[in-house]
Amino acid sequence: MSDTATVGEQLAPAASATPPTRRSGLLSVRTLLLLVALVLLLVTPIYVEEFWLRTGFAVFGAIIGAIGLNLLVGTTGQLSLAHAFFLAVGAITYVYVSGEPGGTAEAIDGLGLPPLVGMVAGVLLAGVAGLLFSPVAARLRGIYLGVASLGLVFIGQHVLNTYTSVTGGFNGRTAPEFSLFGFTFGSTDPDLFVLGVDFGEAERLWYLGLVLALAAYVFAKNLLRSRPGRALQTLRDSEVAAAVMGVDVQGYKARVFLVSSMYAGLAGVLYALSIGSVAPESFALDLSVLYLAMIVLGGLGSIGGAALGALFVTALPLVFQEYAGSLPFVNEPGQGGVSAGQAARLLFGLAIVLVVLFEPAGLVGLGKRITGLFRRKPRTTSS
Amino acid sequence: MNTFLTLLLNGISLGAIYALIALGFAVIFKASEVVSFMHGSLLLFGAFTIAKLNASIGFFPAFVVGVLATAGVGLLVERLLINRLRGAPVISLAILTIGIDIMMLTELTRRIGSDILNAGHPWGGDFVRIGGIGITENRLYAMVTAAVLIAVFFTAFKFSSWGVAMRASAEDGETAALMGIKLGRVSALAWVIGAGLAAVAGLFLVGSPTPGVAPGVHSVALRAFPAAILGGLDSTGGALVGGMIIGIAEAMASGYQDQLLFLGRGFGDVVPYVVMILVLLVRPSGLFGTKELTRV
Repeated sequence: MSDTATVGEQLAPAASATPPTRRSGLLSVRTLLLLVALVLLLVTPIYVEEFWLRTGFAVFGAIIGAIGLNLLVGTTGQLSLAHAFFLAVGAITYVYVSGEPGGTAEAIDGLGLPPLVGMVAGVLLAGVAGLLFSPVAARLRGIYLGVASLGLVFIGQHVLNTYTSVTGGFNGRTAPEFSLFGFTFGSTDPDLFVLGVDFGEAERLWYLGLVLALAAYVFAKNLLRSRPGRALQTLRDSEVAAAVMGVDVQGYKARVFLVSSMYAGLAGVLYALSIGSVAPESFALDLSVLYLAMIVLGGLGSIGGAALGALFVTALPLVFQEYAGSLPFVNEPGQGGVSAGQAARLLFGLAIVLVVLFEPAGLVGLGKRITGLFRRKPRTTSS
Repeated sequence: MNTFLTLLLNGISLGAIYALIALGFAVIFKASEVVSFMHGSLLLFGAFTIAKLNASIGFFPAFVVGVLATAGVGLLVERLLINRLRGAPVISLAILTIGIDIMMLTELTRRIGSDILNAGHPWGGDFVRIGGIGITENRLYAMVTAAVLIAVFFTAFKFSSWGVAMRASAEDGETAALMGIKLGRVSALAWVIGAGLAAVAGLFLVGSPTPGVAPGVHSVALRAFPAAILGGLDSTGGALVGGMIIGIAEAMASGYQDQLLFLGRGFGDVVPYVVMILVLLVRPSGLFGTKELTRV
């Protein structure tokens, strides 16, 4: 145990360590369940009211961001609190590139390019920001990296607040609506009716979010199964071992920062679309901490876990807010007592503590434990 | 010249407060391998308790109760949570303290509301002038108190049996345990000291020129993080130096704000982080931190 005193240590390996069990022939129960879930998600907009669709869109955005952070923290073991900064880069690039110039009190610039260009630019620029930070990241390990990335959030906030012509300064600026080759997601042009349901903004955005989140999920899954994915996991477990096996340690660290911040950039664009406006204030340390909460709660290193955590952390405060009247202990804002947002935060805090104490593999680990109860014990001893 | 000296003195006094907080980080990290992300909340808790009790029992009793209560919270966290997780990865423990921080900060923010509480220092916000150099009374007392506390701490660290036990357990935990040192006790005491120091720092941090106890103090406390990292997380002396560097740099950047306008308004607030990242680029383990060795 000569290495207990080192500063940078690895994260507890989570669910990702289990080898995928492949069954030939028929569809496994797991795939079937996933298919059912997908179909349910596809038909949701027909049956569900707008509040849930809007919440869903926010969740899809958070899922993308959480998967990105999980690749960095969970899979590669690089603690980062800078995620909010990369989200900010994505969101603000989008509103700048696709927004129109204007502004009443202060001049706001904008390039007015198509939203798709803005989205791509947001993702790319966030990636560039990640690459720029990677020389710092490559030199630092463990907790030193965590605190250095904390600095990035504050420096980023300062920069964003200073360049008011791009960001709109303290008050922020509105986000342009998304559209794809003439099909707008914001208004009812062209009108669209599916099974008698008017597909307005919320319904359209739901599908946009679903497609992007699915793509992010599949990409990350494949990444983890591929050669680079294995390299990243080896990096987490031991940098020395990875280097000995011929893994380019610094190169992979830089690349995982690139990928993770691109995910964050896309999440930032969706965030801008879901809120309808962005202000530098929204991308404070709080947001980084929430993303960290998502992946810890879901289960470090597990992609599905990140998605679950994102669902929990993003939807909970919104749901609390919507049903504040009918929940015990929770009051409407301005009435004293615990407000919906505060109740949700207290719950996350508690959940993080409990997860670290009792179930380091998070919700995914908990699920495995529960399904394990119903499964027959594997034959360990052949008697 | 007078401006410069005034800024320097104010920087040193701010640095002294940061040093107190950073010292707490360093002690806790040395003893229990935990990077306490909850220090901001501890500090706010201390200042809040003092401000609340001050009206009913007077300032000095309130101060004592506030520091003891904060130390108690530190002890509670160590005994109930950290102690159970001995040997867990550093990052898991850091995340645990983030969880506690979320809860404490939410509750404190709710209780403080939109008010700015007055900590009720018996000394006011008057300026003391020492030959053309001005500093608020509060900051002057902060400097003196910090100097005394730091001196006491280093003496204890060097000569008391606790100090020896602590240095031994930081050097090599297993051997220290075999020699009969109770690691749990060392770590518990470190948390008590770290939290207590945070409460003292909190009291001065909410005095003039800061308006009073408000949730924003939490983020001011976070600036002591760069101080601890800059000096090297496992170095108590480094915490002192780091605190001073950060304090002076921040005071200078705020004081010469007009000359630094091209960097944007309020640049002073982010100077600690800029300095930290620059230093870490050159020395990845801080100025005095133990270099990480990789055994192959």
